[in-house]
Amino acid sequence: MSSISFDDLKAIMSRCIGELDGKEITEADLATPFTDIGYDSLAVLEIASQLQREYSLQIPDEAIEEMDSPKAVIDYVNANLAAV
Amino acid sequence: MTARAVITGIGVVAPGQPGRENFWEMVVKGRTATRRITLFDPAPFRSRIGAECDFDPEQNGLTYQEIARTDRAGQFAIVAAREAVADSGIDLGTEEPHRIGVSVGNGVGNAISMEQEYRKVSDNGRQWLVDQGYMVPHLYSYVMSSSLATEVAWATGAEGPTTVVSSGCCAGIDAVGYAVDLIREGSAEVMMAGATDAPIYPITVSCFDTLRASSTSNDDPEHACRPFDLRRNGLVLGEGSAVFVIEELEHARRRGARIYCEVAGYSARANGYHMTGLRPDGREMGEAITAALDEARINPDEIDYANAHGSGTRQNDRHETAAYKRSLGEHAYRIPVSSIKSMVGHSLGSIGSIEIAASALSIDRGTVPPTANYEERDPECDLDYVPGTAREADLDVVLSVGSGFGGFQSAVVLTSPRRIR
Amino acid sequence: MTTSVVTGVGVVAPNGLDREAWWQATLDGKSGLGRIGRFDPSRYPVQIAGEAFGFDPADHAPQRLVSETDAMTQYAFGATNEALADAVVRPEDFSDLEMAVITANSSGGVEFGQRELQKLYADGPQAVGAYMSIAWFYAATTGQLSIRHGMRGPCGVLCSEQAGGLDVLAQARRVLAKGTRLVVSGGTDASLSPYGLVCQLATGRLSTRARPDRAFIPFDPEAGGYVPGEGGAILVVEDLDEARARGAERIYGEIAGYAATFDPRPGSGRPPGLRRAAELALADAGTLPDAVDVVFADGHGVPELDRAEAEALTALFGAEGVPVSVPKTMTGRLYAGGAPLDVAAALLALRDQVIPPSVNARPDPGYRLDLVTHSPRKARLRTALVLARGYGGFNAAVVVRSV
Repeated sequence: MSSISFDDLKAIMSRCIGELDGKEITEADLATPFTDIGYDSLAVLEIASQLQREYSLQIPDEAIEEMDSPKAVIDYVNANLAAV
Repeated sequence: MTARAVITGIGVVAPGQPGRENFWEMVVKGRTATRRITLFDPAPFRSRIGAECDFDPEQNGLTYQEIARTDRAGQFAIVAAREAVADSGIDLGTEEPHRIGVSVGNGVGNAISMEQEYRKVSDNGRQWLVDQGYMVPHLYSYVMSSSLATEVAWATGAEGPTTVVSSGCCAGIDAVGYAVDLIREGSAEVMMAGATDAPIYPITVSCFDTLRASSTSNDDPEHACRPFDLRRNGLVLGEGSAVFVIEELEHARRRGARIYCEVAGYSARANGYHMTGLRPDGREMGEAITAALDEARINPDEIDYANAHGSGTRQNDRHETAAYKRSLGEHAYRIPVSSIKSMVGHSLGSIGSIEIAASALSIDRGTVPPTANYEERDPECDLDYVPGTAREADLDVVLSVGSGFGGFQSAVVLTSPRRIR
Repeated sequence: MTTSVVTGVGVVAPNGLDREAWWQATLDGKSGLGRIGRFDPSRYPVQIAGEAFGFDPADHAPQRLVSETDAMTQYAFGATNEALADAVVRPEDFSDLEMAVITANSSGGVEFGQRELQKLYADGPQAVGAYMSIAWFYAATTGQLSIRHGMRGPCGVLCSEQAGGLDVLAQARRVLAKGTRLVVSGGTDASLSPYGLVCQLATGRLSTRARPDRAFIPFDPEAGGYVPGEGGAILVVEDLDEARARGAERIYGEIAGYAATFDPRPGSGRPPGLRRAAELALADAGTLPDAVDVVFADGHGVPELDRAEAEALTALFGAEGVPVSVPKTMTGRLYAGGAPLDVAAALLALRDQVIPPSVNARPDPGYRLDLVTHSPRKARLRTALVLARGYGGFNAAVVVRSV
């Protein structure tokens, strides 16, 4: 896979912690901090773990610390997939 | 008058060479046992460092059948228990078996055997419907942690209250606290209490990798665990066991036992916040410290040394420093605070007991072990962490604390036999 | 001296997914044993188990918590919600540090763990998920309940296989005596993944019978092992005066006595410790055997263990000296969840003045037990003794009593 779309990430997020009690994440939430949409630090690590597996990435610790919103994740993954 | 509980025997299997005196010599000299993992090939892992025991079960006196039925964690516990019994001089054959109890702290059970046997029955992860044709006879004992208490009971002939205390990384303290409670209420006169864990194997290493909680100083494993240091970058997994003979005070006196210390106070709290996260304020750990001091009827300013949890993760060391300040006030700045995890790593459910062993020996030998690898001050961690070199000191009151996944926070207060009237 | 009482009971069991559904099924003699459904058991010699069919974790916890937990913890979410609602506890009446969670566990989150082990070996270390480290370990349930309900007192976890479910109630009593005001205690287990089942097979104690009504028949001359089950019970335990002061609606009974012992090591020739555990628990309760109105037996279903328990009971109470019940014939052995469920049965028996049946078992007359078998028995009940044995030598006994 050469890039990740919002829908791709949404699919991973919902695999990690499921639909958030009826609230669907939309593109309007792209820049919203994970903590505000119900994803704690462990959930973000779980997302990172799935991304590493599906996109054959090695995500360093510093990058994880900056993955504070869906948009930050998409930007990081796409930048690094492009670099490969 | 409530009964009092004293430690009269100590057995240790810690990273490096097994045995109490080997352990003590290592931590007092500030030598580290952290190294590149040898228990399996760590090449595919993010963190490839562990603090391993150089442990040969046969050389440590285990019988062939004991070795055949036990996991590495159980083997550590049997050896540590026997050393503790020998150290205490107690003749268990003359004690009432039902007045001897067992409490073994543990975090992840018989993890290595559980994983090794899984590989066989699942054909290395190929089958979900695993193949019972490849099961070993003691497989059930590997999936339960309670078999660890069974082994210690069998090794010592105990027939009193026996259990495994499994509160994650606080289990090594909680198991001792549990034993003390049983002695105080009269349910047992002698407790074989301590903890064991052997987590250095792929599944547990993967877990800490995924959480990014373990150190990645793979090029410099001897200096990887740096508690309270500004450049700390995570914990290093350890393994091992410490087991104590804990007796009711009068029982110990009647047989003229040497007393290392009294377990004067113990308490546990939970942060009720997050399974792995810590709030920076240290409130619940501070509450556990205060409650343990209350139980011991000791004022915060009587503490001579705090044996820290000091795991070397960014969040723990900050959280813990805050907890000392909350509970001890200005006195927190006046006492030495050191973490032996810099040398022996973090053996999860076992480390609390290994740290109690260090604390009891620090009272006995009048020496504060150092924090190895401490070099650069973190503005958020501004206490006296005893960098590098041990210190001689008369220690009357020593505090030891723990913190773990699930939010568990525990504290125990040990006092010198000089304080026993 | 504190008097520790149970003010709330929550249940998830194979024959009933909440307290009253399970209790009615138990009194009606409706078993929850059946062919294993969560995977195809045809290749295994054991195909009967007690599964909590129909339990939907989403009914009891938000999706976020369901994703990061094993079934063992999800059952505890359900049972704890029910127990707290039953006790009508208003958390705002308590300080967070005055409430604690103390649960028993036996084999950890084994289904979750098996899935992650499979990822590790099939796909490599990077495939292991972030929740493995908090879902599998034995302390997962206590940690999750403590966080979910904001209970920050002296929390704990004990593991002594089936006996651990009684040990935690004694620990609850201890922390109440030290000043904690409310404890959520008990246990739940869910050991029925394929790897979990194979681990249990290794003991040779599981029943290989194919008929659910003949698979688990403790004290029966044809007893041939036990059936594993899943679920358990969670109890709210408080000090009696505190419970009355806050106007607790129901006080099920007092945890009046407890003791634990350990069997002598193999080959010692000394007798097993169950009888002494019962005697010490009665002494702890300040009561004599003739005051016991009913015994909830461990009822292992393995002939030599049944004989040992029957001998302990007749030595204490005389031949057919006390009614004995083993309602776990309808659930299987639930490991850390089993003994708390027996305590729940004892408390509801005191409430309704009725002894539940041990369906399917036709007791061997040689055991000289008054086993309540096919249908419930009305009786005047004030004091019950609950026994539990854990694999590896653990024995525990609890006395519950009406207040």
